[in-house]
Amino acid sequence: MKRRLIERLAIGGLRGATFAILGATVLMLGSIALGGASTVTWSFLTETPREGMTEGGIFPAIFGTICITLLMILMALPLGVCAAIYMVEYAGGSALARIIRASVNNLAGVPSIVFGLFGVGFFVLFVGRSIDAVRGGGLLFGQPAMVWAAATLAVLVLPVIIVSTAEALNAVPRSHREAAFALGATRWQVVSRVVLPQAKAGILTGSILSISRGAGETAPILFTGCAYFLPRLPVADLHVPFTSLSIPMVNPLDQFMELSYHIFIMATQSHNATETRAIQYGTTLVLIGLTFVLNLSAIVLRTRARRRMVTV
Amino acid sequence: MSPATIAAPKPKSRPAGEGNGDAGAAIKIRFKDLAFTYPGRPALRGVSLDIAERRVTAIIGPSGCGKSTLIKSVNRIAEIGTPITVTGEVLLDAEDVYAPGIDLVDLRRRVGMVFQRPNPFPKTIYENVAFGPRLHGSTARGALDAAVERSLKQAALWDEVSDRLHTSALELSGGQQQRLCIARVLAVDPEVVLMDEPCSALDPISTARIEELIEQLRERYTVVIVTHNMQQAARVSDATAFLLDGNLVEVGETERIFTNPGDRRTEDYITGRFG
Repeated sequence: MKRRLIERLAIGGLRGATFAILGATVLMLGSIALGGASTVTWSFLTETPREGMTEGGIFPAIFGTICITLLMILMALPLGVCAAIYMVEYAGGSALARIIRASVNNLAGVPSIVFGLFGVGFFVLFVGRSIDAVRGGGLLFGQPAMVWAAATLAVLVLPVIIVSTAEALNAVPRSHREAAFALGATRWQVVSRVVLPQAKAGILTGSILSISRGAGETAPILFTGCAYFLPRLPVADLHVPFTSLSIPMVNPLDQFMELSYHIFIMATQSHNATETRAIQYGTTLVLIGLTFVLNLSAIVLRTRARRRMVTV
Repeated sequence: MSPATIAAPKPKSRPAGEGNGDAGAAIKIRFKDLAFTYPGRPALRGVSLDIAERRVTAIIGPSGCGKSTLIKSVNRIAEIGTPITVTGEVLLDAEDVYAPGIDLVDLRRRVGMVFQRPNPFPKTIYENVAFGPRLHGSTARGALDAAVERSLKQAALWDEVSDRLHTSALELSGGQQQRLCIARVLAVDPEVVLMDEPCSALDPISTARIEELIEQLRERYTVVIVTHNMQQAARVSDATAFLLDGNLVEVGETERIFTNPGDRRTEDYITGRFG
């Protein structure tokens, strides 16, 4: 009798926890979707904020978010993947590998606001000002800019990319590595021809998930480059040398608007927070939509790769 | 390597004057007082053994006796991912494979290996066989095609897969996968083929096919096969070596080892009294 009671209590407890999580998610997403659905229109997505940001759209923030995310990928992905390959395939179980692994895990536990402050101190004030000092001719690099915000975000997602890449590499069976070595492959040939083709999908999936996390962060970009309001997009004309052509390009030395920061200032810094409530809801919905698309692409990639593993 | 260069005393049980399976054959691999230690665990405690060229030599012995380590010391696969200490010598054509400056890529091209479990890459049948030649710089389509066809024929797999070379190797049966792994080894044109219990994961019919194949491989390659299966050792090999606790107990012509073992422990093992 007692055993059956405990069984029921255990199942009830586990089920309760699951439904509590499900309920919280539905409640949160539901209220955002309900509040934002009527706001998110085509013009909301394509227009600039107007009337002291109480009207108009959020296009500059969407543009800024996409730019900074791409820039972050460009910086973090190659670095993180290379570090993970070195850690798993080359350093092996050595003392050096253990130290790297411990540092990476510690880095993953650092609060994001610390990364933000580190970004100002290191990238803007140290790296940027140093470049300016060498360059001469005033302040250009040594101020908050998209490139420094992206670099700060890259540092934030780096440990996540490294850990997920290392997991994907470790999932490749040892027997495949042995077979390749036994055929006379060098270590790099083993990595490039046997390990990476099999780990590719896992690496990409993990990276996309970490990037979708980074794309929603506010604290790291707070001081390093995002703007309260910008009347223009961070775009400048790039003159092609020796021609009269000039192409409009994203200017990574400019400041930018960003979705999560936009939500933050709308909710806390706006002179009329109730009036902008609809815009807050709409912006949140767009941000969640963007991360959802990223996560969905990760899932699609993973299932497709799994299928290919079986059928080549 | 210094203690190893002293010639090791021959094991007592080895009848004087007897060669290794065939007195006339040249020696392809010579283990000279080889001691091999994993961290905290000695695997081989001074093994001296000659392997004749173009013969099949079987290594038998109970689990953990060092059989696998012995053959994996020849292509230096045993040391991957683990620190080891080695004393003694492993001579391949009179050249020590543990000598400093040895080219591991070249060594492993000359000494191929078939593993316990079939381990084809998750690639096509063609790409599995072409993997080795590609590693060593072969890119011409015609040469690759020829190498793939020759190797698959040598591994007695061609007739079964010639019409689906570009499908996944993982769709093959276990026995076919193992023959594919043999073809993959043959494609780099090795001199020695090491086999680490190649049939332990296979059914009896697949096992019989691999044994037939080994019979043919003997004509061109020096084959060393580790096996748990006494009947298999008796069927496929010319010479048999019996290992116990990292020591070589006895080596000789397979027929003699199985009919008239010189050591009591060999007799106990092959008649199934232990191991």
